[in-house]
Amino acid sequence: MNSQEGETRSPYRDYCGWFEAEDVARIQHKAVQAEALFRTTGITFNVYGAVDGDERLIPFDVVPRIISASEWRRLSRGIEQRVRALNAFLYDIYHRQEILRAGRVPTDLIAGNAAFLPMMMGLDPPGGIYTHISGTDIVRTGANEFYVLEDNARTPSGVSYMLENRETMLQMFPELFAKVPVREVSDYPINLLKSLAACAPPACGGTPTVAVLTPGIHNSAYYEHSYLADHMGAELVEGHDLRVVDGRVAMRTTQGYKAIDVLYRRVDDDFLDPLNFRPDSMLGVPGIWDVYRAGGITIANAPGTGIADDKALYSYMPDIIEFYTGEKALLPNVPTWRCSEPEHLREVLDRLPELVVKEVHGSGGYGMLVGPAASKKELAAFRAKLEANPSNYIAQPTLSLSTVPIFTKKGLAPRHVDLRPFVLMSPQGITITPGGLTRVAMTRGSLVVNSSQGGGTKDTWVLED
Amino acid sequence: MLGKTAGSLFWMARYLERSENNARLIDAGFRIALTRSQTAAAEWKSVLVTAGVNQAFQAAHGDYSSARVIDFLLRDPANPSSILSVIRQARDNARTARTALTRETWEAVNTSWMTLTALLKRQVREDDLPDVLTTIRQQSAQVRGALNGTMLRNDGYHFALLGTYLERADNTARILDVKYYLLLPSVAHIGTSIDNVQWETILRSVSAHRAYRWLYGAEISALKIAEFLILYPQMPRSLAFCSERMENHLAQLQRHYGEETDAWRLAHALSHEKLNAPIQSIFDGGLHQYVTGFLRDIANLARQVERDYRFVE
Repeated sequence: MNSQEGETRSPYRDYCGWFEAEDVARIQHKAVQAEALFRTTGITFNVYGAVDGDERLIPFDVVPRIISASEWRRLSRGIEQRVRALNAFLYDIYHRQEILRAGRVPTDLIAGNAAFLPMMMGLDPPGGIYTHISGTDIVRTGANEFYVLEDNARTPSGVSYMLENRETMLQMFPELFAKVPVREVSDYPINLLKSLAACAPPACGGTPTVAVLTPGIHNSAYYEHSYLADHMGAELVEGHDLRVVDGRVAMRTTQGYKAIDVLYRRVDDDFLDPLNFRPDSMLGVPGIWDVYRAGGITIANAPGTGIADDKALYSYMPDIIEFYTGEKALLPNVPTWRCSEPEHLREVLDRLPELVVKEVHGSGGYGMLVGPAASKKELAAFRAKLEANPSNYIAQPTLSLSTVPIFTKKGLAPRHVDLRPFVLMSPQGITITPGGLTRVAMTRGSLVVNSSQGGGTKDTWVLED
Repeated sequence: MLGKTAGSLFWMARYLERSENNARLIDAGFRIALTRSQTAAAEWKSVLVTAGVNQAFQAAHGDYSSARVIDFLLRDPANPSSILSVIRQARDNARTARTALTRETWEAVNTSWMTLTALLKRQVREDDLPDVLTTIRQQSAQVRGALNGTMLRNDGYHFALLGTYLERADNTARILDVKYYLLLPSVAHIGTSIDNVQWETILRSVSAHRAYRWLYGAEISALKIAEFLILYPQMPRSLAFCSERMENHLAQLQRHYGEETDAWRLAHALSHEKLNAPIQSIFDGGLHQYVTGFLRDIANLARQVERDYRFVE
């Protein structure tokens, strides 16, 4: 929030003016109210494997994270470029594989990628879109230094927090929004619906029917699935509501089976179709793959999109962007060592205590090492894992992440954050909602923002020009 | 609307109604246990039979001490009809049908679940029981209020209300089924009025002891009580009232979908034939047979609704 000279950065000026005139006890009271509001709304998540963790709340911080209009312009240009390149990359990988032939990305990285789906080769997803919905994780290290930390093209989650956090702020502090010109995020569900409908398959006649596929009420992101379906006015379906009828995927309604045109699925590729993928899966629809191939349904995101989330592939993103757009990447990557390469591995092992090491297919902050925060014992254990299976890991320097203020009992205190803006793509273009999910490490000094590791969220404000 | 969603709305409403009905049964049982300790065990047994969980209770506990029965009915996770089990199932169904509920209705259900789960974390002391039972009924009333005040009168609403009235009819019929012997003019009762406390209990379990007085004054007769609970069209828990409502909601669904259903035909027959008889002829034909027949009819009706509207595959 403050610049190095200790002045309030300009996007925060109006907010700080308001905050200083406020009674801290009142804000404290509002913070408690916000929590009750989240419980009543049911914005809870399940932590897998936790005994008492059936339903938990992600901590919510009442101080917004504020981004200026010019910062947002830069960010959104960079994100748009990146998402365009990713989609082009996926098309290429599942068609002529020019980028592999050109030697810009090693073939192993695709062939050895568990998310690579050979069945997608040569198949044209409706509208040529693979990444209908994506989330780009961004960190900031200085006044004008933004880095992309991760691409989430498989099934980025958290958009319901972006929306509910704003809703909560509007309820708690309505007067603030009269003082600070904040851009709206609430049209995300409608944009999502339009964007999905614009990708309807050839078999669709008339207004496309969109449905959201969820694994069910016990899934950790169920709230989000129902939220999105509800706000799009789409049906929220589970595998057992669906079957293939006359060459279409259809849902069982009170009046019989009705065809679905676009399925926004929140289940992984493996579980989509027990006839074509995992036979033990109860979550998917037997035969949906054949319907997809024949142009009978759009699956969003397209099967096989998960290869883009691979953290080893991430290190090639600057090349990928250049290859498909002819431009330099507008947003830089975090420098990354690929442990699969012996030289890189050696350097990583030498500098382990100062690095962050991640599994290439990992997510949720599991299975990662934060060098500076790790004990000798943890370092030694991780060293052994690295040596045993180097290609499973990448390493990055520990960035001096910028901090933003959170509200504590003792007033404002700085904490590290990241940002996940949400991006929609259709043949009609790319839409980035001005805002996103700001995740915050609630413990002082911590760099881990994942909700499964005790991270919290806050509202993200992009200011009007 | 998805068949599954329709089914979840129907069951959400049934479970919510069940929690309220069970609270009322506990209330009536508790009153007898306090005032007539010698008949308490028999009374608790009839409460458990009415709730359909007597066998489960017997298997786990055996003797009918007030504390044990109350805890079993309120909190026991092994009892699928305990208030805690029922409210959890209501909430799970509401979550499944979340996209068909207004925010207010969903939040009312979720708040009920949170409130009752917190309230029933520990065994309830007898002194606190009346308050706890009041809270259960209030929570139920809040959900009903939200449903009534905010839901579009579309198919989802009719499925929910259908569930409510089916469950309620089932509950009233079960009370009659368990207590019918009290209402029968048997040898012992010829020439005597039925036991005051007993008839009050029956009426209390359907929250209608005052309503009965307004209608029939001080005259207490088996025939009148049965008439009130079975045939009286303005009494919101009578079999006639519930059947008329079920028929009405099924008719609205038919109109909504433009398709005639067997479920509606069953409900129509229930309300126009079964419940269109003078009370004397019901007694003549045997009250017990009549009530068990009614329970069978509504079980069939529930199955037919499930089939007609494709709740499951």
